[in-house]
Amino acid sequence: MKNTNRLAFARGMRDGIPIALGYLAVSFTLGIAAKNAGFTAVQAMLASLTNNASAGEFAGFTLIAAGSGYLEVAVMELVANARYLLMSCALSQKLAPETSLLHRFLISYDVTDEIFGISMAYPGKLNPFYSYGAFAVAIPGWAGGTYLGVLMGSLLPGNIVRALSVGLYGMFLAVIIPPARKSRILAGVILISMAASYAFTRLPYLADLPAGTRTILLTLLIAGGAAVLFPHEEAYDEP
Amino acid sequence: MSHNIYLYILVMAGVTYLIRMLPLTLIRKEIKNKTIRSFLYYVPYVTLAVMTFPAILSETGSIWSAWAALATGIILAWTGKSLLQVSVSACLVVFVWELILL
Repeated sequence: MKNTNRLAFARGMRDGIPIALGYLAVSFTLGIAAKNAGFTAVQAMLASLTNNASAGEFAGFTLIAAGSGYLEVAVMELVANARYLLMSCALSQKLAPETSLLHRFLISYDVTDEIFGISMAYPGKLNPFYSYGAFAVAIPGWAGGTYLGVLMGSLLPGNIVRALSVGLYGMFLAVIIPPARKSRILAGVILISMAASYAFTRLPYLADLPAGTRTILLTLLIAGGAAVLFPHEEAYDEP
Repeated sequence: MSHNIYLYILVMAGVTYLIRMLPLTLIRKEIKNKTIRSFLYYVPYVTLAVMTFPAILSETGSIWSAWAALATGIILAWTGKSLLQVSVSACLVVFVWELILL
């Protein structure tokens, strides 16, 4: 491995630590859902290893527990994970155009809310080895947590699970807040996003939308509006 | 009709992977259109902000420990603390808050 790649990998591992901790808490409860759907610990771990998607897996397990068919499950995954389509589009512009197809296939394996967040915060073009470093730490946390969730159910004390569960949000803040300090437009966009998201959970009819759909709808509306009103030349910020 | 769990897992994984993989492999060049570039620039900020609030408020035992975590996260991120520091501090605030106040 080239030296720059090794550094990027190490950096990815470091940034992957809070992700892994947060994942552990979330995937633990995911394991409980998997158990209810009739999964063994190994099967649940396999599902997490191959899916890497919290909402998608939750939704899938729920349908499977209800005895739904394969097509229903496929459509549910499409809906629950559609936001990753937008994220991958944004991520495609963060990669150097000459990034090989193999790297693109590998990065696609774990485009999650969190990995996406830290990838977009990477200075300049994304080095795939940064992603791999984060994967190396985050994926065992995700799959291991699911495995333990099936085995140990509610053994982990509630106060620890609750404390860990805000870790992922802390990470999101660490990604979006620092650039907002330098740009009033960005700060405004973030404030409007949060306010609109709050409104969408309160208003009649809109409150019934699943979280994934809400995220997609608001992203299209607000990012679209901001793009028209405040065009930004670069698809990401230079360091 | 009986269903096979491994087939379920395969279906879930296949659909999820395609959603992530298609844009990353099909969009190989830099998009030149200024509006689309701008849109993609704003996507992460809007998406992550929408997912953070108000969801964080219902993650903990009380809405106040969640607000404390949110405020801590924003302040530390604003002052340029690292991802790990911001994230771990938010967790610690909730843990200590609930230890003392609940």
